[in-house]
Amino acid sequence: MMKGNFIDNLPKVYGIYTGGFLAFIIIMSIAEQMGMTAKTIGICFVAFTVAIYAIIGYLSRTAQADAYYVAGRQVPTVFNGMATAADWMSGASFVAMAGGIYFKGYGYMALLVGWTGGYVLVASLLAPYLRKFGCYTVPDFIGTRYGGNLTRFLAVVVLTVASFTYVTAQINATGTIASVALDIPFQYAVYVGLVSILLCSMLGGMRGVTWTQVAQYIVLIIAYLLPVFWISNKMGAGFFPHFMLADEVSRIAELEAQFGFVKNSAENLKEVPKGLAGITKAHSAVNATPWAFISLALAMMMGTASLPHVMMRYFTTPSVKAARKSVGWSLFFIFLLYSSAPMLATLSKLSLIDPSLPTGIIGKSISEVQSIDWYQNWNQANLMFVSDFNGNGTLELNEFFMGGKAVVLATPEIAGLPYVISGLVAAGGMAAAMSTADGLILAIANAISHDVYYKIIDPKAETAKRLVVARVLLVVIGFAGATIAAMEIQGILGSVIWAFDFAMSGLFFPLVLGVWWKRANREGAIAGMALGLISGAGYLIWVRNGGSGFLGITQLTFGIFGSAVSLVAMVVVSLMTSAPSAATQRMVDEVRVPSGKSILGKQH
Amino acid sequence: MSKQEQHWEKSRGLLFMTLAIWFVFSIGIFLFGAEMNEVTGPFGYPLTYWFTCQGSLGIFVILIFWFANRQEKIDEEFGFSERGDD
Repeated sequence: MMKGNFIDNLPKVYGIYTGGFLAFIIIMSIAEQMGMTAKTIGICFVAFTVAIYAIIGYLSRTAQADAYYVAGRQVPTVFNGMATAADWMSGASFVAMAGGIYFKGYGYMALLVGWTGGYVLVASLLAPYLRKFGCYTVPDFIGTRYGGNLTRFLAVVVLTVASFTYVTAQINATGTIASVALDIPFQYAVYVGLVSILLCSMLGGMRGVTWTQVAQYIVLIIAYLLPVFWISNKMGAGFFPHFMLADEVSRIAELEAQFGFVKNSAENLKEVPKGLAGITKAHSAVNATPWAFISLALAMMMGTASLPHVMMRYFTTPSVKAARKSVGWSLFFIFLLYSSAPMLATLSKLSLIDPSLPTGIIGKSISEVQSIDWYQNWNQANLMFVSDFNGNGTLELNEFFMGGKAVVLATPEIAGLPYVISGLVAAGGMAAAMSTADGLILAIANAISHDVYYKIIDPKAETAKRLVVARVLLVVIGFAGATIAAMEIQGILGSVIWAFDFAMSGLFFPLVLGVWWKRANREGAIAGMALGLISGAGYLIWVRNGGSGFLGITQLTFGIFGSAVSLVAMVVVSLMTSAPSAATQRMVDEVRVPSGKSILGKQH
Repeated sequence: MSKQEQHWEKSRGLLFMTLAIWFVFSIGIFLFGAEMNEVTGPFGYPLTYWFTCQGSLGIFVILIFWFANRQEKIDEEFGFSERGDD
């Protein structure tokens, strides 16, 4: 088909793929003109993209351990950046982030700063050194650096707690999108989502996930940026929204001052369906204390550097040098979406609340709003609600309620874009949630199959047997996640933030000090991981059950407490016990220079 | 001091510099969020608002590439860089 090997042809392959996807969008919009129904368009978008990912997953099948665990360590810098960006940006980033900014403004934007700033820590403190180490998984590093099965096992426990919390949220998100796009009940849609996720990772492991994630990134970034630019142009707000929305931002502030934030009575709020919120916070003004902002950002940054599904993406680069650069590219690709989310929130809010715009609904009569097509659609989907609390017949700012997801999902329709865009957005959301779920399930299954099964239980196992175990675990963990997701216990965003806190409580300092502090030893690492995780989880349970907390640490930032305990425990216990062996210290010296052999062999 | 110790010394110096810049734009400036937001920033956005939605994010991207280049130079200087790949 094509000359040369696959890696050399990557730009061409994905270039053709991108062109094909754009052609598909154009074909769909022609079909819409010719009378294809909205529902069929939605099904086409989701089915077409998922089928492509499945084909990529099938083509990437492998029977080799290093291809299965680290994609053969030959993923080029830029492509690894795209794969990491898809791995990173979950259903929460895609569907919920703009909504969060829309409702909470500044206080919420700590997440934007936190989820990007963390990559500086990844690049400077960890990724290149772990790449040099040559490990397959994050517990592989902990287990070899500190020695002993207990350290390895504890690292697997922390990894599993954090990643599993995260993955249920992602499967939940794939289920939500599949149920809307395919029009099937959520309980079944969750399993449709799961099967799509497993199709990408089952046969090819990390190799399959890498190449599907690149494909998913391309879909999700087009699906996010195209509507933002289109809406901005259509509203006449500027052809490049990122640089041109200052007037819109100040217009929102002006309108906020004009309408005021009227507080609703508890009795009135009872009428509002669960999960919907009104605009109660200023859009661009600083509405949170410095510590509330900084503590949330800090927790997310340290969590970023401790989440194994991100870290293991940098094990797939060809060299240490490439690992460093690759972190930069990852963040660049993430930046493209994250810097657009506040712009989407701005456009969405202004188009709804500005009475001088044709789409504005504030100030219109309630009955008029209730008769708008899109209002009826989204009201039926339980994502929009209006009620005349003060009985004056017109809609006030405090009488309009919306679900967080509606900002991304409904804004194209409100702005009057063709339905094909809504189908595209559904495909993008699906890609975002699937790619993250894949990375997470693989991180858990690999840690258990490689570190618990192969390294602890049966070190003599043949490669073929190891990979069978890895795949069985993948399916088991996926189904466990889907079963919990089907119960709909927590919201998407809350559990994502918890995952960061769990990861930083147990893993941040054992990882960082493993490279940067030679004196850190096994006993210290055990204390750091165990006490960090226990104290972090304990704090969360305490606050959830009515505990008052201290130092302004909330249930969203409990990792700050957990990691502080972890640091103190690790330093104190390390200093109280004997220094690591000379061999271990030499190993740390080796890790610190990029040249030379990796610590662990190519096949291990 | 051995070659390896010198290399690590320099690498550590670069780390501290990187973390200092990171600290300023992820934590430092947000201590003064309310005051800074009175100022008009790039493209006419309020300054703190601009940092949260573009400024800090963009600076982190540049910072990582800058760090990667500097570290590569340090590795080359001491002959520790890898050969034959990128």
